[in-house]
Amino acid sequence: MTLTRIYRFAASHRLHTSVFSDDKNAEIFGKCNNPYGHGHDYVLQVSVEGAPDPLTGRILPVADLDRYVQRQAVSVYDHSDLNRDVPGFEGVPTTENLGRDVLRRLQTDWPFAEVRLTRVAIQETDRNSIAIDKG
Amino acid sequence: MLITRKAEFSASHRCYNPSLSEQQNLDLYGERAESHGHGHNYVLEVTLEGEPDSVTGMVVDLKLLKEVIQECVVDPMDHRHLNHEVPPFDRVTPTAENLAREIWRRLEPALRFDHARLHNVRLYETGDLFVDYNEALS
Repeated sequence: MTLTRIYRFAASHRLHTSVFSDDKNAEIFGKCNNPYGHGHDYVLQVSVEGAPDPLTGRILPVADLDRYVQRQAVSVYDHSDLNRDVPGFEGVPTTENLGRDVLRRLQTDWPFAEVRLTRVAIQETDRNSIAIDKG
Repeated sequence: MLITRKAEFSASHRCYNPSLSEQQNLDLYGERAESHGHGHNYVLEVTLEGEPDSVTGMVVDLKLLKEVIQECVVDPMDHRHLNHEVPPFDRVTPTAENLAREIWRRLEPALRFDHARLHNVRLYETGDLFVDYNEALS
């Protein structure tokens, strides 16, 4: 059985890499490359898989998951600049790389022994989202 | 091919396990264990997997699917207190997890078709929390 919990955070970013020239960046990333960046209200879905505890009927205490995701991920990203404010973020802060960063952060100290983190999905806008299934 | 039909029902529940003490229930479930319960507008998504019939072009008759969901889930649960009025939740804590499993048990026998089978039950307890259940995968 899978339980999915939804979180929200607001952050700014600019899609730009020093590997390319300014012209090439503008060509590849379009308006996402505008110099001062822009922001999104991201919607994060975290899915976990496990069997409900026979006593509690819950896969895990949702309040504990909330506290963990808040500490590891949401508080790091919320009202921050993804290009400058997130330690250890690798690559251009696309939604794809943000998904990888979320997964990395959630896996780091995963405290729920009997419960598996199975998927991280991020909606950047209503028309644009990614999902990473953890193999 | 997957096809999904959505339904809604409103019900009250109390996260409470009768085999535990009042204090243990409060420690486990917090305010969700308060004695008179509280309610949710549950949203149910029922997904079938199958191939469209070569003549009708339909995986399943959606009107029939709607009637099955109505009869098996919405009629018995809508505007009810799950703990008091909907077995087995007099004995089993009506968490979203247990509710999704019970909904699967009620729907699956009624959704065995030549070309389609129940594939997934997704139950939203709130806009920010949902559970997916497939008996074979759980």
